Amino acid sequence: MSFPWAQQYKPVNPFMRWMDEKLPLPRLVYNSLGAGYPVPRNLNYFWNFGILAGLCLGLQIVTGIILAMHYAANAGVAFDSVEHIMRDVNWGWMLRYAHANGASAFFVVIYIHIFRGFFYGSYKAPREMVWLLGVTIFLLMMATAFMGYVLPWGQMSFWGAKVITGLFSAIPLVGDPLQQWLLGGFAPDNAALNRFFSLHYLLPFVIAGVVILHIWALHIPGSSNPTGVEVKSESDTVPFYPYFVAKDGWAVGAFAFLYCLVLFFFPNSLGHPDNYIPANPMSTPAHIVPEWYFWPFYAILRAFTADFFFIPAKLMGVLAMFSAILVWFFMPWLDRSPVRSGAYRPLYRKFFWVLVLDALVLGYCGGAPAAEPYVMISQIAAIYYFAHFLIIVPIVSAIERPDPLPTSITEAVLGKDENVPLMASPTAPFPGTQHSNA
Amino acid sequence: MAEQAVTDSPDHVAGDGVRRRDFINIAAVSAAGVAGVSILYPLISQMSASADVLAASSTEIDISAIKPGQAIKGVFRKQPVFIRNLTPKEISEANAVSVSSLRDPQTLAERTKEGKENWLITMGVCTHLGCVPLGAGEGETKGEFGGYFCPCHGSTYDTAARIRKGPAPKNLEVPKYEFSSDTVVKIG
Repeated sequence: MSFPWAQQYKPVNPFMRWMDEKLPLPRLVYNSLGAGYPVPRNLNYFWNFGILAGLCLGLQIVTGIILAMHYAANAGVAFDSVEHIMRDVNWGWMLRYAHANGASAFFVVIYIHIFRGFFYGSYKAPREMVWLLGVTIFLLMMATAFMGYVLPWGQMSFWGAKVITGLFSAIPLVGDPLQQWLLGGFAPDNAALNRFFSLHYLLPFVIAGVVILHIWALHIPGSSNPTGVEVKSESDTVPFYPYFVAKDGWAVGAFAFLYCLVLFFFPNSLGHPDNYIPANPMSTPAHIVPEWYFWPFYAILRAFTADFFFIPAKLMGVLAMFSAILVWFFMPWLDRSPVRSGAYRPLYRKFFWVLVLDALVLGYCGGAPAAEPYVMISQIAAIYYFAHFLIIVPIVSAIERPDPLPTSITEAVLGKDENVPLMASPTAPFPGTQHSNA
Repeated sequence: MAEQAVTDSPDHVAGDGVRRRDFINIAAVSAAGVAGVSILYPLISQMSASADVLAASSTEIDISAIKPGQAIKGVFRKQPVFIRNLTPKEISEANAVSVSSLRDPQTLAERTKEGKENWLITMGVCTHLGCVPLGAGEGETKGEFGGYFCPCHGSTYDTAARIRKGPAPKNLEVPKYEFSSDTVVKIG
């Protein structure tokens, strides 16, 4: 689980010694988040987003459990109960805004976390399982966020539920019965609202479970780092506590500042005014869009306007939208380059930034009305999106000539200055260098 | 596989066939499997539409006030239904289209009742992802083919509510209905 030079847990207090024999939970924490976990010394701020994602999950669970104490999942009163939270419940307005904007914060953090992975090749061996579990968490997050947005039972809630469950009706033969089964009726109503509430309460705990697996899988090879060079000696690492606990603390403070700025000054800036209109099955809002974090995928869904060979446009759009995320699962095998970090991959790095731009363009089009020129721009951007993963990444990894890698993390940090203390000589590595690139 | 196990087993006596223990094993696992599936069935089935939802299955609507060129929105199974009185021009536009060129080929006659070709009765549910198309209400856009236009993803329907442009795969669904009298239609 860890490097041989990791600090050992030695309980001094008799109670802690007794505890260590009966249930070594403090030992687990010490070895996972304490001084017993050696971390590459060169981690930059992008490595803070894992802990921020964990913080967001905790924030959503705490605010969510409280909101559930005041919310009523019944189509007749759901909208009013949300207004009751906003107007009557002590601090209800703050808790609801904290939860709604917490979802946005969670997605901001997770998108940075994911793109950090794309840039630094975090998905590569030996961390494929970390990546696969991460993509799974993202899928669970999307399902949870979607069902949560239905609960206020406003116009956007209702029509979002109708459109998203409508995706399943695209499946041949079983589509319509499947949609009716998911909704418990012919259109979203009380049955759908109730089950979405039940699942919205359940899924965050499922996410928490997969997060534990994600961290477990991460701690087997240990954290990656910006050079992509594996840890070779003790001088490449510092203990997680106090170094990264302190750095994560700084990140939590910076995050809290930005989060509170939105929460207290622009709490509705990311929402849709239409969701303050009670759900009306007879009238679709003129412009229905999902929440911003689904826009890139929504743009891909809408990009298919004509039948594609024998596959109807509707099914094609649905398949493409799901494939846009499922393709991430294959990243560890699509990218064959032995060099992990984009910092040493001049060509991959350029295409990475084009992908970022492409995702932003898709996001913009997904939030725009379903009209030209946005449809055509989405079509081009969607083609590029898939080309990036299925064509560009494999070809680049085959033809690219990477920049020379540093011999070790220590060398990357301190340079070749002979006078620098703690430097690991490339020719005479420290004992215990069996942790080479797997 | 089973035969292999039988011949390999030291306590096998030739001609006895399957060992008692194998039989008990297979029987127990099979019974547990059947039990598992029968437990699963109600857990899955409970999510389907409940009896009260299915019971609200027919509606009667008075159509006497709808003048040619007008339409109303009724409610059927908690979803909108469009009842439209087509003008002669709209009927001839619908009949002028070559049926084989359509994505979901149907004539206007197939989508209306005989002798009542001016009454176009369809669900107001876009066949793409279920939005309510515009065009039935006063002053709403009818789209470039004069029928309905879905604002969500741009599906455009003609005066027979057939899909002509955009991502929707099918024409607007014609529900089961009958004319109870000249002025009342019963849907469902």
